[in-house]
Amino acid sequence: MKKIDLVIIGGGPAGLSAAKTAAESGLASLVIERSSAIGGQLVKQTHMFFGSEKQYAKTRGIDIAKILVKDVLEFPNLIEIMTNTTVVGLYKDKVVTLLKKEKYIKVQAKAIIIATGASEKVLAFENNDLPGIYGAGAVQTLMNVHGVMPGHDVVMVGSGNIGLIISYQLIQAGVNVKCVLEAASTIGGYKVHASKLKRLGVDIKTSHSIKKAIGKDCLEKIIIGKLDDKWNFIDGFDEEIEIDALCISVGLSPLSSLLSMIGTEMKYVGYLGGLVPLINKNHETSIENIFVAGDVCGIEEASSAIVEGYLTGLVVANKLGFIHPKYDELYLDFKNQLRNLRSGPFGEKIRLGLKEIAR
Amino acid sequence: MRIKEHPILTFGEKEKLSFFFDGKEVYGYEGDTIASALHALGIKILSYSIKLKRPRGLYCAIGNCSSCNMIVDGKPNVRSCVTMLVEGMNVKTQVNKGDINEKN
Repeated sequence: MKKIDLVIIGGGPAGLSAAKTAAESGLASLVIERSSAIGGQLVKQTHMFFGSEKQYAKTRGIDIAKILVKDVLEFPNLIEIMTNTTVVGLYKDKVVTLLKKEKYIKVQAKAIIIATGASEKVLAFENNDLPGIYGAGAVQTLMNVHGVMPGHDVVMVGSGNIGLIISYQLIQAGVNVKCVLEAASTIGGYKVHASKLKRLGVDIKTSHSIKKAIGKDCLEKIIIGKLDDKWNFIDGFDEEIEIDALCISVGLSPLSSLLSMIGTEMKYVGYLGGLVPLINKNHETSIENIFVAGDVCGIEEASSAIVEGYLTGLVVANKLGFIHPKYDELYLDFKNQLRNLRSGPFGEKIRLGLKEIAR
Repeated sequence: MRIKEHPILTFGEKEKLSFFFDGKEVYGYEGDTIASALHALGIKILSYSIKLKRPRGLYCAIGNCSSCNMIVDGKPNVRSCVTMLVEGMNVKTQVNKGDINEKN
């Protein structure tokens, strides 16, 4: 059996950042990524990030991915990367079973960081399974990674930051965005993103949602309706819109199934997007030496996932006896960065959610 | 439909790859996944639901949802959204759970 001190599951922003600070501390790690390239969902994010310079603000997601990848490649002796590899088994004694090219590989770790990210939520409505109805992130992958348009005419469901940003990116790709629907009475995302869309003439319909999709083999049109304060449809406001693509952007759920597999204590926390593990201040779960970082322990921005990764890599190394020369300074810095990212009204749900999973 | 002009990204000339979709020879490009190549050709139905045989297409595009499972070179339940296109691949629409005796 292959032996390695630290196994990091997921080569996205959290996983790569964790590998970096662990390596800086002198700890070797193996990063496992199921897709063909590392960088996670940053590789399709063409917009510039917010936050402070430390989290690469004013840099496009696609360029942040390049920075994070370059950082881990600087430690060829300490960081091993396995792409096209899926974790199919995880055991309490820190044995990880991998599937790579139809072969099973077993790895014995001393500590594991689970940084599996999140998946897009779906929305229940009639015919929501018609081809032509996509998760918003799927459309972003199609457009920004593969250069393929999802359709000619699109409606976006959800006006959170993802819905707003991807609507703008659809227009950049040459797709006609007919409108954005938002069930709540106010726009969910930042005003700066909404304003960009409004300037291009895109109608953001608050208190509106989709009633049903119509189409023989693929999506042809949708019926939308107006909602009251309790999100019930009001009669007499139905509207038909002809489209060939519909994007669903109604939030993300943590991809925490691996944690459930080994029996870490879990809790459903709506503020954090779903089922998440209980963690201590150093991101350790209820099972010793099983750590988490990024969206898997609560949905936030990629900036937070990066800093959580840095923090977790640092503390895991420390726990295994590899102490970063600037440990105290960095620990405080990462904690402060996370506090700043979660400050203000937009961070309120995260702050409340994190209180619920503290152990 | 492929994106022709983009203010931020460039999609340069890539090598053309021929493959088979339900027996018919079609083309994609180097760097495509099976699903992105089919989508660019306007092919959105990738599988049918197991019980009610409802058409299914791409939903998540990152290998989570299994809505895009197809039969590739005789192997069923291949996630076409994360499987890179290879010259000469034989891709079929999947209409069942997947049959271990599937002929290529």
